[in-house]
Parts: sequence; structure tokens; C-alpha cells
Amino acid sequence: MAKKLLKICNLKSKVEDEEILNGINLEVNKGEIHVIMGPNGAGKSTLANVLMGHPEHKIINGEIEFEGENINELAVDKRAKKGIFLSFQYPQEIPGVTVENFLRTAKTAVSGEQQSIFDFKFLLEEKMNLLDIDQSYADRYLNKGFSGGEKKKNEILQMAVLEPKLAILDETDSGLDVDATKTVAEGIKKLASEDNAMIIITHHNQILDYLQPDYVHVLVDGRIAKSGDMELAKAIEKEGYAEYKAEHLDESNSKTNC
Amino acid sequence: MSEKTEVKDVDRSLHDEKNEEKHRYKAQKGLTPEVIREISREKNEPEWMLEFRLKALKIYQNKEVPTWGADISDLDMDNIITYVRPDADLESDWDQVPEEIKNTFDALGIPEAEKESLAGVGAQYDSEVVYHNLKEELVEQGVIYMDMENAVKEHEEIVREHFMKLITPNDHKFSALHGAVWSGGSFVYVPAGVDVDIPLQSYFRQNAPGSGQFEHTLIILEEGANAHFIEGCSAPKYSVNNLHAGAVELFVNKGAKLRYSTIENWSRNMYNLNTKRALVDEDGVIEWVSGSFGSKVSMLYPMSILKGARARAEFTGVTFAAEGQYLDTGAQVIHAAPNTTSTVNSRSIAKDGGHAYYRGLLKATDNAHGAKASVSCESLMLDNESKSDTLPIMKLQTDDIDIGHEAKVGRISEEAVFYLMSRGISEEEAKAMIVRGFVEPIANELPLEYAVELNNLINLELEGTIG
Repeated sequence: MAKKLLKICNLKSKVEDEEILNGINLEVNKGEIHVIMGPNGAGKSTLANVLMGHPEHKIINGEIEFEGENINELAVDKRAKKGIFLSFQYPQEIPGVTVENFLRTAKTAVSGEQQSIFDFKFLLEEKMNLLDIDQSYADRYLNKGFSGGEKKKNEILQMAVLEPKLAILDETDSGLDVDATKTVAEGIKKLASEDNAMIIITHHNQILDYLQPDYVHVLVDGRIAKSGDMELAKAIEKEGYAEYKAEHLDESNSKTNC
Repeated sequence: MSEKTEVKDVDRSLHDEKNEEKHRYKAQKGLTPEVIREISREKNEPEWMLEFRLKALKIYQNKEVPTWGADISDLDMDNIITYVRPDADLESDWDQVPEEIKNTFDALGIPEAEKESLAGVGAQYDSEVVYHNLKEELVEQGVIYMDMENAVKEHEEIVREHFMKLITPNDHKFSALHGAVWSGGSFVYVPAGVDVDIPLQSYFRQNAPGSGQFEHTLIILEEGANAHFIEGCSAPKYSVNNLHAGAVELFVNKGAKLRYSTIENWSRNMYNLNTKRALVDEDGVIEWVSGSFGSKVSMLYPMSILKGARARAEFTGVTFAAEGQYLDTGAQVIHAAPNTTSTVNSRSIAKDGGHAYYRGLLKATDNAHGAKASVSCESLMLDNESKSDTLPIMKLQTDDIDIGHEAKVGRISEEAVFYLMSRGISEEEAKAMIVRGFVEPIANELPLEYAVELNNLINLELEGTIG
């Protein structure tokens, strides 16, 4: 069984008439943690949304392969069923729908197996304990009135319950204080395994210290300008993104191997 | 709204003079005093009721069809007689019920036997037994619960004292029509201090022959009494007669508490022009729980008149307008005494080109000092073809009143749908989930079987499935 999970080839996308992704190449294997850093407006969240299949984003070129299958045209819910998960930067509030009901419905959809109320309660309780989330959250309306930190924790709880193969975490650490970042990072760390992979989009190095990523990619102007390891993240922290701007790069940096 | 109607009344008197002849002529073609006499004779009514009907008929003939709100120009008023004729159509064959409605019945899982009774043939089933048991228990406590026709005869005095005193034939064309041709409905009288702890249900009554389109409900709660009345049929009711102009009059005396729950799920050829009012005395409470799902056009604005100090009104309503439906609904509250309170909570949903309007009135008279009112109405449109709006009107004659008001009109959020879909939930289920969540505060208030029905309706409309 190949370890290859995701292969993105020369991916270009647009929203309305604005081109945002401008030829992304990326390969992610099981057991890996990838980090994507980049200045504001570089296309980080767009990449996350395109991978999840957001209807506003149109693919104009290239290919997204998941477990060897082209998923360019696949509907959002079908991608989720294949094992792709997106932790939202700004999770939506859904009044009137409890966390527990929502997650049971989602688990049923993703696993294809009806979740009995009691078994699911037990599963949820276990995952909430794992992430140190108070049990009372199960009965609250999804994200309604949650603080920023609670929303992010709730995203990680969803990930824990749905057990995706590929989790894309879009600025899960933004807006969190030091302690909350630590809790969330530890939660993510507990969920990372040899059978899944993560793409972590972030501005900050604090979360990376906890997660020890295998790869760090710098996304600038809709393409990956440079790939490396933790050393790259440290260099960026010191020097910023200036040297990765398009005008400083030659084409060889965005080589295509697909 | 009542203010609006009053203004129109003034206008009308001018027009009426000019058009009198024409109206008379139309009326001759449709509804005549002879028809009214015949209805009254068949019911073997006291003379005063016949006189009342004839007076109402005159008013009906001189009133214009209201032009504000929903478009009811398709309603064939020339042929009003076809709506008034005793319900021959209710006895129509199950086979004559249109396919789409049958399919809905099937989807809702309504058993064969029940289907037949809904179409007007066949006897009553379980409800009959329930009714008799209930009746015995209630009679012991002095509660009266019977059909209106018999109440007019058996409890003439109290009926005469209250009948169409709260809703008068002068209010609008359809209340006048109701006064002239009313038939069927329920009469409830709860003596002082009696607590009726089982909800009284009227749906089995409505299957009775001779009732349906113009039923009259009169409920009187004496001091300190308590009751819950559930009106309506829990499934769509088919009739080729497509005008419904019922009247509901509720008298809540000192310290009494009445909850009035209703689900209107008429077939979608129906013009539902019901009038409902409650008069609430000192420390009394009226709670309206209202669901409007069916009909082609609905104009329905239950009114609470808080005439005694500290009287309270609560209105909880949900409206769901799908293709071809124009549902114009809302609550009216009149604070006419000190320290009265009211809470209005309404949700409406429009889909596939449906129109769901909230039209509400909050009025406070000059002696309503210390009153508190809160109005919250939210609308959700599921697509770009559908329309929704909220028109809350306030008329305040005192400034010593505390008002909270919140109105929201919005479309279903694409981002929210995307969010749910990203968890493996299909687009249809995601939308249904958002809609269920939207009406959740209301669904909690509905009697259980109606909450289930609301849920089924949402599933049916959004997913094409049940359960």
C-alpha cells in the first residue's frame, strides 16, 4: 500500500475573475506533517478551500489527486467522505443544532455507518476528554456564542471524531493566546499518526515547536516559493517573506515533477 | 393592523355608496338571505342567531375585499355560494384527491384508514374513544366541550353573550362572511379555578360532516382556570372548497391561562383567511403557538388584547412557504392596561419562490404604563426566487413602555452549507439541518406530534425524504 495521500500538480484557481493559485505543486504522504507559511493574501486559505472544494473557487488548471484519484470535480461532502478534513479559520455558527447532533450526523455520513445514540455519546465523551473539553459543550449549539478559542478547539474535536486521513488546519492557532495554542497543539499532536497526514497553515512558529513538522513550504503569490524543514520556518521568522516574492524567483523554483 | 382596517373602513363607506348596486347584484348571484335562512333552518337555530347571520350578510355585501397584503384576486367571490354550501366535497372519494396530495400522505406515513377519514369518508377512529373518556372527566369538573351548533342551543345565554363580540362582522369582509355562514367548530367553557391538564384537541371534530370551512371556536376560561386547546388537523386536509374563513374567539378571565396551539396545513389550493382574537383580563395569560405550512394564501394575524393589568401574551409562530404559496402571517398585541407584557417570537422560511411575510402590530394605549413588549421575527430565504419580509408596525400612545425589537431577514448562508458539507453532510441534509436549527426554538413549543410534522415537512421539502 502506497503511502502517497495527496498529489497536487500545477494547480491554478480563481475566484470570479481573480486568479489566486498560480501553479501549486505539493505531495503529501501518510504520517507527514506539512506546514504552509506565507504573507497575507498569498493564497494559503484559498489552497485549503480549493482542496476542500469550496464552490466559489474554480480550478482553471492542474490536478488534485487524492489516493490516486482525481478529485477536481468531486463535491465537498464526497471529499469529506474520502477522508479530507478542513479545520476552518472562521468556523460557522449553526444555531439550533447541537454539537452532539451535528457530529453524530457527520460521523454517520463520513463512516457510512449509522451511529447509535449511546455508542456515539460514549465516543464523543472520550474525544472530549482527550482534548480537555467540558462535556457540557455537547449540548451547546454548534459554535454559537463560542469564543475564538472554543471554536478552534471544537474544530479539533470534530477532527478527532471524524478521523480524517488528511487534515488541513487553516490558521487553527490564530487569535489564540499562548495557553490556548498549547492546548490546541497538544490536541493535534495526539491525533497525528502514521495513518494520517496534516497540512498546517500558520503565521506563527509557536504551534510548530509543539508539532515538529516534517516539511515547511513558503507560499507566495499563489505558488510555493520554497520548501524546507523547520530551519526554513525559523529563517522566515527572522527575515520575513521579502526574498520569496515572485520577482526574486526564477522558474526553476517552481519546477513541476508531474 | 386593526388600525389599518379602520382606516380602510372609512375609505370604503365612500366607495360603497357608488358601488352599492353592483355589490347587491353580485350578492344576488351568490349568497342570498334565502341561503342563510336555509342554513339556519337546517341547524334549527334560535331566532337571534338567524338575525345575526342576516345582519352579517348585509355587512358582507357592502364590504370590499381587502387589497393590502396577499393577492386574493383569484378568489372567486362571485361564486361565494360554492364555498358556503354544506361540505358536500368533504365526502368526495379518496380517488378524487389529487395525486400530489396522496403522495404527501403516503410520504407522511398516514395509514390507509386515516387517509380515508381525511378525505371526508369513513368514521373517526382512536380519537373517538379519547374524546369520550376525556369528556367524562371534564364533565365532572363542570367543563363544557362541545360543537358550536349544540352550544348555541344548550348554552344559549353564555354563547349569546360572547359570540362574535370579540371579532365582529364589521371587522372585515371575511369576518362578515363568517358571521353569515359560520358552521361547526368548538365551544369550550372552563369554570373558575378548574385546571384542564390534558390538551383539548379539535381535529376529530373537524372531520364531522357540516363543518370545515367556516368553523367558529369560542373558548371561555373563567377566573383562575387553565387549559390548552389544540386546533387543527395534523395532516393536510383536502377539499375542493378553497376558502377557509374561520373565527376563533378566546376569553381569558382574571388569572386564567390559555394556550392555543394550531397547525394550519391545508392543501395548497386553499385561501386561509382566519381571524383569531383573545381578550385577556387581569393577570391572565394567553399563549399562542402557531404553525402555518399549508394553503395557497394565508392571511392570519392572531390578536391578543391585554385589557387587564399585568395580563400577558406570548406568541410563538413558524411559517413555511414553498412553491406557489403566499403566507402573510404575524401577531398583533394590544397593550390596553398597565404593566401588561408580551413576547412575540416568529420564524419564517421561504423556498422555491414562496413568499413568507411577517406582518405584526404592537399597540399600546395611553394607560399601558409600565408595559413590556418584545418582538423577535426572523426570516430565512432558501434561494433567490423566494421572498420574505418583516413588517412590524408599532403604535404607541405612551412612552412608559419597554420595547425590545429584533427583525432579521436573511438567506441561507452558503458558507454555513459549505461548512456542514465539509463534514460529509450532503447539501440537502446540510440545508435541512440549518432550517431545523432555525426553527428549533419554535419546534420546542409545539405539541409533540406537530413538532414531528414540522420536522417531516422540512425533510420532505428539503431532501425529498421522510425520516
